[in-house]
Amino acid sequence: MDNLLQVQNGQAVSRADIPDLSFRDFQQVLLEETRHSGFIVQFFAYENEQATLKLIAVIRSGLHLYVTGCSLADEYPSLTAECEKFHMFEREIAEQFGVRPKDHPWLKMVRYHENYRGKEDVFGNDYSVDIPGNYPYFTVDGDSVHEVAVGPVHAGIIEPGHFRFQCAGEKVFSLEIQLGYQHRGAEKLLEQKGQPLNRLPVIAESIAGDTAIGHSLCHSQAIEALAGLEVDEGSKIIRSVALELERISNHIGDLGALSGDVAFNPPLNYFGRIRGEFLNLLLTMAGNRFGKGLIRPGGISFPVLAEHRKILCDKIADETPGIANVCDLLFSAHTVLARFEHTGTVPRDIAEKLGLVGYSGRASSLPYDARITFPTEAYDMVEGNANARTNGDVFSRATVRREEIMHSLRIIPELLAKDIDAEPVPVPSSHNLAPDSFVVTINEAWRGEVSHCLLTDKDGSILRYKVKDPSFHNWTGLAMSLRNQGISDFPLCNKSFNLSYCGFDL
Amino acid sequence: MDFTFSSVSFLSFLAAFALAPLFMGVILKVKAFFGGKQGPPWLIKYYTLIKLLRKGSVYSTSTTFVFKLGPIISFVTAFMLLLFFPFAGLSPVLSFHGDVVMLFYLLGLGRFFTVLAALDTASPFEGMGAAREVFFSALAEATIFVILALFFRLTGSLSFVEYFTGAQTVNLWSESAALILLVVIALFIVLLTENSRVPVDDPATHLELTMIHEVMILDHSGPDLALIEMGAFCKMLFYSAFISCLLFPFHTGTPFFNVIVFSLIMTLIYAGVGLVESITARYKMDMVPNFILTSFALVFFATILTMEFVQ
Repeated sequence: MDNLLQVQNGQAVSRADIPDLSFRDFQQVLLEETRHSGFIVQFFAYENEQATLKLIAVIRSGLHLYVTGCSLADEYPSLTAECEKFHMFEREIAEQFGVRPKDHPWLKMVRYHENYRGKEDVFGNDYSVDIPGNYPYFTVDGDSVHEVAVGPVHAGIIEPGHFRFQCAGEKVFSLEIQLGYQHRGAEKLLEQKGQPLNRLPVIAESIAGDTAIGHSLCHSQAIEALAGLEVDEGSKIIRSVALELERISNHIGDLGALSGDVAFNPPLNYFGRIRGEFLNLLLTMAGNRFGKGLIRPGGISFPVLAEHRKILCDKIADETPGIANVCDLLFSAHTVLARFEHTGTVPRDIAEKLGLVGYSGRASSLPYDARITFPTEAYDMVEGNANARTNGDVFSRATVRREEIMHSLRIIPELLAKDIDAEPVPVPSSHNLAPDSFVVTINEAWRGEVSHCLLTDKDGSILRYKVKDPSFHNWTGLAMSLRNQGISDFPLCNKSFNLSYCGFDL
Repeated sequence: MDFTFSSVSFLSFLAAFALAPLFMGVILKVKAFFGGKQGPPWLIKYYTLIKLLRKGSVYSTSTTFVFKLGPIISFVTAFMLLLFFPFAGLSPVLSFHGDVVMLFYLLGLGRFFTVLAALDTASPFEGMGAAREVFFSALAEATIFVILALFFRLTGSLSFVEYFTGAQTVNLWSESAALILLVVIALFIVLLTENSRVPVDDPATHLELTMIHEVMILDHSGPDLALIEMGAFCKMLFYSAFISCLLFPFHTGTPFFNVIVFSLIMTLIYAGVGLVESITARYKMDMVPNFILTSFALVFFATILTMEFVQ
């Protein structure tokens, strides 16, 4: 274990303590860990002060979190060839820094942008043209094989993404998903030199609009670790409650949408209303229906007093029976079950190879929940959730979400029952971040493991800000779930994962 | 060919055409009721038609005249159905011996041109929708023709006039009630299939990959779309009226009473469609043929019962 440094979630370590291995050792230790029980939390490159390219890997194995690093040349033997978990990460590194992973099985751009170092493009793209073109899609040959291209502009109000199906009749052989249409350069915005630090939470909240709390929590914890800020117990509770409210509202909205996708309308309507109630609770707490502006480094920025807690608890008590009833309506309709069961199955071995996280992983028997494994905030005060149905199909993903809604509805009143007033923190214009430090934060946002990783230089300014949304792992899971499915079940599978486009595109 | 130029025939035909969009509002209201919502106004479909008719149509440069022909033919064929149907037992504007066969093939002609127009766009979605539509309606056609064979056994006729007007009509209150019951159920399944309703298709979805009928008309806009919609309303009305006439014998002698009862039954059938859509989800695409073939099995069984060797 000399080649791995064990770190704690949300605790800063000195950059000097991170092992700086030879590539061969780095490769060996990573493959050894990930081949068995290890999963990748972060895998990214950065340029240090001497403009040398460094590679950092954060992996989780069991209850532990490890970090390791090495120097990187312009070309290196791909790890994906040995272990699929690296697939998207290596493509991202190739795109961001113009480094070629040799023998990568599917080396394509991820988001379509020039690399940060002005190197020659690995993919041979000309970024001055608007429409990306210089890359092949996976194709299947044969007389009765046809190709269906969907998007990037879709019917309905969803984000842009391109889906390329290879089908024989109604059956899908393969689905390839190409994203990047929403790339805003979030990491670069967060790394901008000289900007006041109180701008960062606003950017972090906008990484993925439906995960505003998840990302701002990760960001705040990272800044707190680097600036040595202490968060009071009351604020921790409120931050956890906000994360749970975000989870409830999104899960409820998605269960409704799943029901709408199979043309079973009553739950769609009921859940649509109930979702609004939970967004309004966030409005009560933060003045914003998505909870933007609530969580700031050091605590929370609005007072949440006894009266607010009472509103929250009363509302949850009011809505819980209704939610249980509508869930019963949805999950007991046999025509709905006929659509959900055995649709879009991702078996455990595939899910493990891809490293799925969040409810998508838990529905495929990967019980990882960051609230239990790496508890932050107030999560050590409450009991974790366990899932009963884990077959990897749409029905399992829907059931896991139902269980998570009921679990969240239980723990919010438990947390709020603790009699601690949460006072707002004054917003400082700047913190002094610890120099030459590294911190990684992990939180279980509603979609799964969100992680932010910060490296500071010798002046304590941000050298590299790496963001990872759970969608970065899970999009490949969606592609795999479509194998040998009817193409008409794609919308249902897609909704059961409900991944973030902008969280992936950054 | 019998050409009845009576004012009653014309009035019933015009009323049927004018009220077809109103009945669609019944489905929406029932669905809204089960969804705990107020729902759109009763006249929503009229508003939609007016809105579409006031717009312009947009044509892709890659389409040909076939694309423009599709909506016109699909509307005209559905419109012609109403000319031949004896609503509430009133004699239709046109009729001749064998008109039922022609009518179902008119529907087939309309579908053929809708499919051609869809293929003309060269969109992979529309091709997929066309394949599904053609497959499923071919299955439904089997049911329809077994029903016609059964009716021929019962009445010795192939005309709606002889089925549903006069003293000897085919209906649930006649001596062959048991057979007609099976026909009613089978026809309801065909109605759901042919009119792209849940559980076969979902007319409300925005997801192209799951659509059957809707995806074929994605590229039509403005007045063209209005024609398609009006055609769809006529077709729905035709099937519902077909079932209504089987449910009640409209030979009470008082046309006014007949019309009231007919309207009530029609409303109930549309409400029934709304009810089905509220309490069931869509079938998986590969389950749909089983559902449609159930209707075939029912009427096939009914027809066997009329055969001499059974009696």
